[in-house]
Amino acid sequence: MSATPVTLTEEQWRRLKAPARRERIFRIASYFSPLLLLLLWELASQFNLIDRRFFPAPSAIAGTAWRMTVSLELFDHIGATLRRVAIGYAMGAVPGIVLGLILGLSRPVRRLLGPIFAALYPVPKIAILPLILLVFGVGDASKFVVIAIGVFFLMLYNTMSGVMQTPQIYMDVAKNAGATRLQTFWRIAFPAALPSIFTGLKLAAGSSYIIIAAAEFLGARSGVGFFIWASWQTFAVSRMFVGIVVISAMGYLTILALEALERRFVPWAKH
Amino acid sequence: MLAVHEALQPLPAEAVPPAIEVNHLTKAFYDSEGDRVTVAVSDVSFTVARGEFVCIVGPSGCGKTTVLRILADLEEQLGGTVKLNSATPPAMVFQEASVLPWLTVAENIAFPLSLKGVSRVEQDARVRELLALTGLTDFAKARPHQLSGGMKQRVSVARALVDDRDILLMDEPFGALDEQTRLVLQQELLRIWETTGKTVVFITHSVDEALTLADRVIVMSPRPGTLVANLTVPFERPRDVVEMRRDKRFWDMTYEVWRLLASPVGA
Repeated sequence: MSATPVTLTEEQWRRLKAPARRERIFRIASYFSPLLLLLLWELASQFNLIDRRFFPAPSAIAGTAWRMTVSLELFDHIGATLRRVAIGYAMGAVPGIVLGLILGLSRPVRRLLGPIFAALYPVPKIAILPLILLVFGVGDASKFVVIAIGVFFLMLYNTMSGVMQTPQIYMDVAKNAGATRLQTFWRIAFPAALPSIFTGLKLAAGSSYIIIAAAEFLGARSGVGFFIWASWQTFAVSRMFVGIVVISAMGYLTILALEALERRFVPWAKH
Repeated sequence: MLAVHEALQPLPAEAVPPAIEVNHLTKAFYDSEGDRVTVAVSDVSFTVARGEFVCIVGPSGCGKTTVLRILADLEEQLGGTVKLNSATPPAMVFQEASVLPWLTVAENIAFPLSLKGVSRVEQDARVRELLALTGLTDFAKARPHQLSGGMKQRVSVARALVDDRDILLMDEPFGALDEQTRLVLQQELLRIWETTGKTVVFITHSVDEALTLADRVIVMSPRPGTLVANLTVPFERPRDVVEMRRDKRFWDMTYEVWRLLASPVGA
């Protein structure tokens, strides 16, 4: 609060800024550490320290990937998988969030419907895939449904816990300000649960790709999962690795996109 | 002849119905785990006149917040009656961080208006007034996490004033603030109250704060909370929260209230 201007020496400036600079260096280094692993793999493969038939060098995989990119073959598979994940994800997330808000807000509904969801939740989604194929056929509908089921439960539970952790005082504020039930729902419960909803969305994105890979192994004629399986059947190991890298990258990018959305829409969550 | 003459006189102040009438208010909570009933408030009666500033002071757990929550219709009484003679429901200023973290300062203040569907233009105009009144103009677009505790409570106060309700209920709004900030906000609250003429019920555990602000101080005993005293505070208005501490009456009253709080229930 003093009005006297303070002049810092060069040395003091350096000391004040040192922690921030160190932080920056570590952050840059953290981007490169996965590359180190890749380099080790390349060397191990080149020098025959690992079996090249099972673990082709990253450079060989990159070559295969390049040829597949140029021939546009890869993009059809990526498109097919992305479409299935996006539709299934939306089909699961929207009802999951809405029901999560309702269950979180209303104790009677939670008491009544909670046990049903609790009983269904532990069923492994892959385990019911044959049943879903039976009901919905081998087309895309069965993929949408199995992803939707997986996403639904994650969103339901994350949203519900988000609402239940909402401080009572926000509800009191809403009531005192004259909010209707619907206004409390959308203007208080929903934003209060948003940080948990985003946690759920990220978890659900990860599990969507696990589910779609398995679903495409079994019953599909397109998609990255199908491509991995088909490569395995023809012992095209290099192509198989391309598939694995591609689906991993898709999952990673999806989560990056969700994190960007989170920073945009939940700027208060980190505080 | 005399009777007629009296009838022509303006009504005496007591004939105007008080803003708040509380009669034999009782509240208990049931704890199903221990199968135990806790009486929080026992047979509390008081009235608050229109435009009066009343402080309820008592130790923590004496049920003073419960009384306020019943007045705000956030809690239901077990027995007794509460009557509010007001066209609008009371507005509440809460004790902790009640500022909604996902809204900016301006949006928080506008919240009650936006629920009622007041037009944007009207909202903005009203919010601008309140930002100026509470000294928050430069922080209109700030998020709550960027604000100090004192700033957040200013936002709470502004939000409670925004739709211009008659009765203001304040639940230890400055309880968590440091002494300096609290003095500043007390002075500002007095200024705002003097310009708006609202009926205020202010809960505090600080005797000092109660005497600084109130026209009348209601003293409550520890649980089960019941009324111990109802004291009129004689200081003239407008008050200066620092200067009034030079008044010997301030310290005499402080002593008196402290004695009431320290003694077991006499009533």
